[in-house]
Amino acid sequence: MSTSKMAAGCERVDSGHSMDKSITLPPDEIFRNLENAKRFAIDIGGSLTKLAYYSTVQHKVAKVRSFDHTAKETEGDPLYEISMQEEMSARLHFIKFENAYIETCLDFIKDHLVNTDTKVIKATGGGAHKFKDLIEKKLKLRVDKEDEMTCLIKGCNFVLRNITHEAFVYVKHADSEFRFQNTHPDIFPYLLINIGSGVSIFKVESEDTFERVGGSSIGGGTFWGLGALLTKTKRFDELLQLASKGQHTNVDMLVKDIYGGSYGSLGLTGDLIASSFGKSATPDKEFSKEDMAKSLLHMISNDIGQLACLYARLHNLTRVYFGGFFIRGHPVTMHTITYSINFFTKGEVQALFLRHEGYLGTIGAFLKGAEEDNPNQYSWGENYAGSSGLMSTSPDLNPMQRARSGTFDMLEMDRLERQLVNLPLLQDPSSYIPDTVDLSEDALAREYWLYCFEEALDGVVKRAVASQPDLPEAAERAEKFRHKYQHKLQTLRHQPFAYGSLTVRSLLDTREHCLNEFNFPDPYSKIKQGENDMALKYFQKAVKSLGELSWEQRQFALVRGLLAGNVFDWGAKAVSDVLESDPEFGFEHAKLQLEERPWLVDAYDQWLERLKGPPHKCALFFVDNSGIDIILGVFPFVRELICRGTEVVLASNSSPALNDVTNSELQILTERIAAMDLVIQSAVKEDRLTLVQSGSSSPCLDLSRLDKVLAGVVRERHVDLVIIEGMGRAIHTNYYAILSCESLKMAVIKNSWLADRLGGKLFSVVFKYEVPPGHKTTTLDHVPVTPS
Amino acid sequence: MKKSFPWFGMDIGGTLVKLVYFEPKDITAEEEQEEVENLKSIRRYLTSNTAYGKTGIRDVHLELKNLTMCGRTGNLHFIRFPTQAMHRFIQMGSDKNFSSLHTTLCATGGGAYKFENDFRTMADLELLKLDELDCLIHGLLYVDSVRFNGHPECFYLENPSDTQNSVKTPCSLADPFPMLLVNIGSGVSILAVYSKDDYKRVTGTSLGGGTFLGLCCLLTGCETFEEALDMASRGDSSNVDKLVRDIYGGDYERFSLQGSAVASSFGHMMSKQKRDSISKEDLARAMLVTITNNIGSIARMCAVNEKIERVVFVGNFLRINTVSTKLLAYAMDFWSKGQLKALFLEHEGYFGAVGAFLELLKSSEEP
Repeated sequence: MSTSKMAAGCERVDSGHSMDKSITLPPDEIFRNLENAKRFAIDIGGSLTKLAYYSTVQHKVAKVRSFDHTAKETEGDPLYEISMQEEMSARLHFIKFENAYIETCLDFIKDHLVNTDTKVIKATGGGAHKFKDLIEKKLKLRVDKEDEMTCLIKGCNFVLRNITHEAFVYVKHADSEFRFQNTHPDIFPYLLINIGSGVSIFKVESEDTFERVGGSSIGGGTFWGLGALLTKTKRFDELLQLASKGQHTNVDMLVKDIYGGSYGSLGLTGDLIASSFGKSATPDKEFSKEDMAKSLLHMISNDIGQLACLYARLHNLTRVYFGGFFIRGHPVTMHTITYSINFFTKGEVQALFLRHEGYLGTIGAFLKGAEEDNPNQYSWGENYAGSSGLMSTSPDLNPMQRARSGTFDMLEMDRLERQLVNLPLLQDPSSYIPDTVDLSEDALAREYWLYCFEEALDGVVKRAVASQPDLPEAAERAEKFRHKYQHKLQTLRHQPFAYGSLTVRSLLDTREHCLNEFNFPDPYSKIKQGENDMALKYFQKAVKSLGELSWEQRQFALVRGLLAGNVFDWGAKAVSDVLESDPEFGFEHAKLQLEERPWLVDAYDQWLERLKGPPHKCALFFVDNSGIDIILGVFPFVRELICRGTEVVLASNSSPALNDVTNSELQILTERIAAMDLVIQSAVKEDRLTLVQSGSSSPCLDLSRLDKVLAGVVRERHVDLVIIEGMGRAIHTNYYAILSCESLKMAVIKNSWLADRLGGKLFSVVFKYEVPPGHKTTTLDHVPVTPS
Repeated sequence: MKKSFPWFGMDIGGTLVKLVYFEPKDITAEEEQEEVENLKSIRRYLTSNTAYGKTGIRDVHLELKNLTMCGRTGNLHFIRFPTQAMHRFIQMGSDKNFSSLHTTLCATGGGAYKFENDFRTMADLELLKLDELDCLIHGLLYVDSVRFNGHPECFYLENPSDTQNSVKTPCSLADPFPMLLVNIGSGVSILAVYSKDDYKRVTGTSLGGGTFLGLCCLLTGCETFEEALDMASRGDSSNVDKLVRDIYGGDYERFSLQGSAVASSFGHMMSKQKRDSISKEDLARAMLVTITNNIGSIARMCAVNEKIERVVFVGNFLRINTVSTKLLAYAMDFWSKGQLKALFLEHEGYFGAVGAFLELLKSSEEP
């Protein structure tokens, strides 16, 4: 598949080279879901066209439905039935391609567009008027022009709000050039510096409030125009290429050329440029193209950086984003701008760049046209399966190759069913980072996990096919899934920064996106069903045996039970191997596997002390797996909390991920358990046990993107204890999350590599009990687990 | 003890060396007789010529007449030559046995540091090195206070918004503080000055006079500042720059940008067709406008950030450069809606040298 590569983005006024226009478009890959497309927008720049449309995607979802159990039960009846249903969901498609292909693309769209409701196409960008007639003729849509800068800012707000790791800091010589930024819950105010042919500086204060506070005529056009005059090099990319090879000190007059060294009393170092091109005022010397291009690049980047800092200071802003064709995907300019900003602000302001900078205009134009649908009222998420991701910026790549290798770049965003917000109990939402290890910065960990996911792929494919026994083409689809995910893993091996920081979570989420793409919404549905059935049979027995223990014994048995339950996890390779080879692998067996105390991280004594004190008001429990984990581990534990007088809110995934229990499954399970157990029954009845959706469909947990309803419940109930269970939610993510209330993070390390890293061994236990500083109950010494 | 002649002050910049020389006019016959031969010859050489060697020039029109300093009356001469000729100058000092005069050579500018050793080894001369920003401010305040042969040293442009008809109007710096002092030499330094000895360097930019000349030389093949300015005066930058109206057909109303504003300096040069159709004069003009507007823009932002309304532009970039003077006056006025005022000084680039010269006299007053 050679289609999903980003073209080196540079705007050309005159076409520098001709390109083969007669391409065949692979429709499966590029203009997807066109048949349901509506609301088009287009942004035509100097060389690249960006097209946007909205479509509805039909896909399968797994639904569970409880059987009527009022009738007499027979042994062997499954607890609930699973059915596949078709559902529609909304998706935004953004495609970027060279202007040379515009006619081919319009023809393709015309041929595949079934929907006829659409009458208008929103357009923006300098090239919009040039192609107006062509668009109107081909698509029979009226071209409606929108202001370029307004679109840019609307688009910027949208990506900052909806795409995680959208913004990054560029660090040239680091292991990972891209340092992705945490999305601040409040994206405003910020400064947006658009470096097109000139420079425009915008101060953005809210969704609809922004102003152009300043600008400069020295911009990308100056670099290109002056560069072309000085070096006779026509193309923007080639100029940058020249610049990256030059020595500016041959052309510029440095402080040391004037002073012989540094200007100490002012703190100006000798290498500082005192006068750009100051050495070239001599008739008897030749200067190389490379050196002049480099000097010019420094001159312009420094000048823009200086102006940006002056405006940032004037408006007292520290978040400064850069965009425009001068920046777009060019490591050379990102580096010089970053350097300049650091110099002029002494590090107080960081230059921020955006992964989807090239799409801002078209996103904004699209949003303008879709105002009546209220797109900003929803939360959206980047679909990793349908998006190309950030491409390599390797400067070694010849610009001609870069321009031709990739033709089409795509971004797809799903409208999420739930509006997502922060967990109100995060100590500091702006510094919260869900992921424990950033694989883009840790090459060893990256290699291991990529290998791990590749190894696990066969099993996932097998289960995906098994989950749809009635559909004969499932095998073929599963192979397509395999191909796609394998390709994603390959891409991530070379470009770990493609979708922001690479993490175990993003690898898992990418797999879920790919599974959904090929209509495998719930490969584990059958397995979960079987495990739930089986575990339910032991529930009463388990509760009874716990009841026979002394209070102190019982507390320990509950924690051990919860941990043992957590061993049952198809997501962990070590366990899925055992589970597959030995289906009889039982609960008791799991308990034997557990590490003896003291555990790897062991705050059990403190927890026990706490339990001797007053009960918690309300506990929020993020649950993990189906079957033994939820039924024999979590429920008895929750039951004890309820008996203590603590209300419990169980938060489970909104949609399936691995064998994690989903909200709809948990509802059925809770009903069934309530029917067997009076404590649970009355708690449900009296609203002391509540089920909520997390808003997530990931085996990991991002506490900054949770269902708005959940956040409401947390506030209403005055949650004072958060329990996070399992490797995905408590180790891969949230291990270092700091909450403003007591928290319990429990997991069994079911991966020997990770265990090794944490200084433990397979089936080591993490039992982390944390009390925020200054809290009434005793503060504890935490055992830090630092991946070495 | 009176300081012995000759009295010099020197500012060695990146491109130009600025020299001020005090010619005593009250020499008595007795003194004249005692005056050693090489001192006399220096005085005669400097005062009877207006050009020295190939590149040295005396700015006769700037001469300050009948100054009284340290009890002596005389004229202050303003001389400049390229820094490239510095070694020839030192050699001359050696040839004329300058060191035998036992004078202190007060020097400022980067070259005071860079060439210190050459002065010592080639001509047996010790430099008294002085900070260039101190000298700049002291020299500026001094020249303003003694006035320019009875006229004000300072001026502004009346009616700056109309660059065709703006009028040079003399004024006094009477109450000069605070002021933003923008010194445009090869590079640019911007100072916020609160009193004679209380100032800070706010920022600077490497896009200065050196950039204008350097790029002009590369683009047009010209060799001197005068040549470059002459070409610029005849060129049209709108053939080179992309204006707002070139992009939007007129004003960009959404953000109240005039159609005539430059959107992209050298923006038209992205197109080969346009590159083939412009003149050297157009390029020189565009270069001048680009550099000037950029300095104006940075100066204005600094003035706003520092809350200073008076912006004083000095430095040799402004010598014989009415285009830039008018543009700066216009930019300050237009973008600040009349809040900021641009001021200029007749002795543009010589204040550092004057400041160094004042230090020489000051050092003689001390016991």
